[in-house]
Amino acid sequence: MIGTTTPAMPTAPGVPAIVSSRFGVADGHTLEGYRSSGSYEGYSALRAVLEMSPSAASEIVKDASLLGRGGAGFPAGIKWGFCPADVWPRYIVVNGDESEPGTYKDRVLMERDPHQLIEGCLIAAYAIGAAQVFLYVRGEMAHAQERIAAALNEAYAAGLVGRNILGTDFSVDIVLHWGAGAYIVGEETALIESLEGNRGMPRLKPPFFPAAKGVYLAPTIVNNVETLSNLPWLFSHSVEEYRSVGTDSSPGTRLIALSGHVENPGIFEVAQGTTTFRELFESELYGNGIRAGHELKMFIPGGASAPWFFPEQVDLPLEGRVVGGAGSMLGSGAVVVMDETTDAVRACLRLVRFFARESCGKCTPCREGTTWEEKILQRILDGHGRPSDLELLLDVADNISPGPYPVASDPANDLDAVPYPPRQTTICPLGPSSVAPITSAIRRFRHEFEDKIVQRDLIPVEGVSVDV
Amino acid sequence: MARLTPENVELAHRIIARYPRPKSATIPLCHLAQEQDGWLTDEAMVHVAELVGCTPAEVLGTASFYEMFKRHETGRYCLNVCTNISCQLLGGEELLEHAEQVLGVRPGGTTSDGMFTLEDVECIAACTEAPAVQVNYRYFHRLGPDDLDQLITDLRSGALDDVVPHHGTLGRVHQDLDGDRIANITPPEAQTEPVWIRRHRELAESNDGGAS
Ligand SMILES: Cc1cc2nc3c(=O)[nH]c(=O)nc-3n(C[C@H](O)[C@H](O)[C@H](O)COP(=O)(O)O)c2cc1C
Ligand code: SF4
Ligand code: FES
Repeated sequence: MIGTTTPAMPTAPGVPAIVSSRFGVADGHTLEGYRSSGSYEGYSALRAVLEMSPSAASEIVKDASLLGRGGAGFPAGIKWGFCPADVWPRYIVVNGDESEPGTYKDRVLMERDPHQLIEGCLIAAYAIGAAQVFLYVRGEMAHAQERIAAALNEAYAAGLVGRNILGTDFSVDIVLHWGAGAYIVGEETALIESLEGNRGMPRLKPPFFPAAKGVYLAPTIVNNVETLSNLPWLFSHSVEEYRSVGTDSSPGTRLIALSGHVENPGIFEVAQGTTTFRELFESELYGNGIRAGHELKMFIPGGASAPWFFPEQVDLPLEGRVVGGAGSMLGSGAVVVMDETTDAVRACLRLVRFFARESCGKCTPCREGTTWEEKILQRILDGHGRPSDLELLLDVADNISPGPYPVASDPANDLDAVPYPPRQTTICPLGPSSVAPITSAIRRFRHEFEDKIVQRDLIPVEGVSVDV
Repeated sequence: MARLTPENVELAHRIIARYPRPKSATIPLCHLAQEQDGWLTDEAMVHVAELVGCTPAEVLGTASFYEMFKRHETGRYCLNVCTNISCQLLGGEELLEHAEQVLGVRPGGTTSDGMFTLEDVECIAACTEAPAVQVNYRYFHRLGPDDLDQLITDLRSGALDDVVPHHGTLGRVHQDLDGDRIANITPPEAQTEPVWIRRHRELAESNDGGAS
């Protein structure tokens, strides 16, 4: 199909559309549309916030237990509190670099409802006392950049951004910044390097925790697009209403991009904590079943960096701690479904190749290790694998992430889950993420690798003894 | 082919003014140069260095890190086929092979008529609409081989000129931020406690004082 398609966007009965209420509204991206459609009146939350003290606004975010939607699931209100007292200026960087394979939600939020994000930025800036907000949008997202630029122009003209917002003493600039293509820039310290005009290579933590030493070494809050897009609804409703959705530990909703082998792939806003993967795959509201005539082989619950799950895990809820305990992570809300036609080695190679291509090269275990992982997997897939390759692969992986790597349980073989997160010998988690598909695939589908390796041994070679 | 035009220099100064430190404008200015020339020339990088106040080597160091900056001439259209996991599952790799056949080039190659540069790219955030393709960073969703043929025909004939600008053009709507409306963009050293924060702090302090 030429042209872009509209993502399907129903929510389940009783689940409010907190961030997606304007996805289907034709002019939801304009100021007028933002004010007159959706699950709350646009910019009314900002007016309410300006009546409160900044610390009261922060408290609300803390009480709501708004979890970060960028990958780590860290509570936003607590993160905001990490800025050292009396150190100025403070900055906010909005992470719109969405590039984790399988993830497609921040782009829709930016294209369909840019004012919601802008209002979210303003609320955060007021609460934290930010001197400036940088809205970092992935370079490849030209349309999102256009929509945000247009929305910012409207908002500035209406006195909603800039000097003396709505006639008060609250003033802040929001600047649209855009990247130029590099997955690693989504990592918050690399994002900051990139915003300073440098190569997007992560910084060591400690000491470079952004809340203490971020952009220009000033305290900086990095939040994901979806995280901030929750704020206008939260502030035009209440903490109680927000917490009435989902569970105590995971309140509110999440946007989930459901892709791969389901009948109805799409982006769905679901209640966190209560919705299960089975509902996501099977409900008519969401996936509407694995594609006809096929069955589930495995799925990725949270983007390419997440260890795989299998049919035994479908009844788990989309809850961070539960999924973490079961050996994976919810990550960026990217659920990729693979049916029995999927070649585990080929899928594994493709994911590993991604990490090898995107490694920034700053640390040796990741730069060299991901390259070797790709090389070894490629030769196995091509039929040139050596009998020692699986052990070699796991050994290389162990140099990037030592010790038992997080993996789902395998009841048929009496193997327990290893909980998330992995250990790392590297500066950032990208290198260790490359190990996720490898350990997941080898633990479950070792025979698929071995079959490909053995094939070559079947070719009789006269007079040569094969070294096993 | 080269340094920024006077018009673009003016725009460059406006972009630089949005940042507390000029070097933060490096990537946006490289995009501006690429928009002007279709690719990022050495002369343009020297000019960007002058504008942001660093060395040309630093600009090259930054630009060479990022996929989108092309340091040699590319086709009028960059045809990027996603082969990452969600697209792979629904035929992204086969679609790329088809594109190779039709265009007669491998990923990274440019057709001899200078129309197309083909690329095998990582996830472009359209995973539910697989297989996904971008042309000069404009999206085309759920493409089969026939759709791709049609897309190539339409691009060649100019039928999509309104939708897909030439390579290097990013957003065609720009943020418009001029001196009057800027609230407070100064170097970090010049920043102090924001007024509304101070007001609330003083209010809280005087309330505390009154209570005790
Ligand atoms: C390799 C890597 C890539 C990441 N990519 C993104 C990304 O594209 N978008 C994002 O919001 N967070 C990404 N993150 C997470 C960020 O570092 C950061 O935790 C997040 O933006 C914080 O926002 P939140 O607390 O609102 O979730 C990435 C992390 C790593 C290690
Ligand atoms: S782990 Fe990889 S991506 Fe992360 S800093 Fe090291 S080399 Fe760069
Ligand atoms: S995997 Fe192709 S767009 Fe995400």
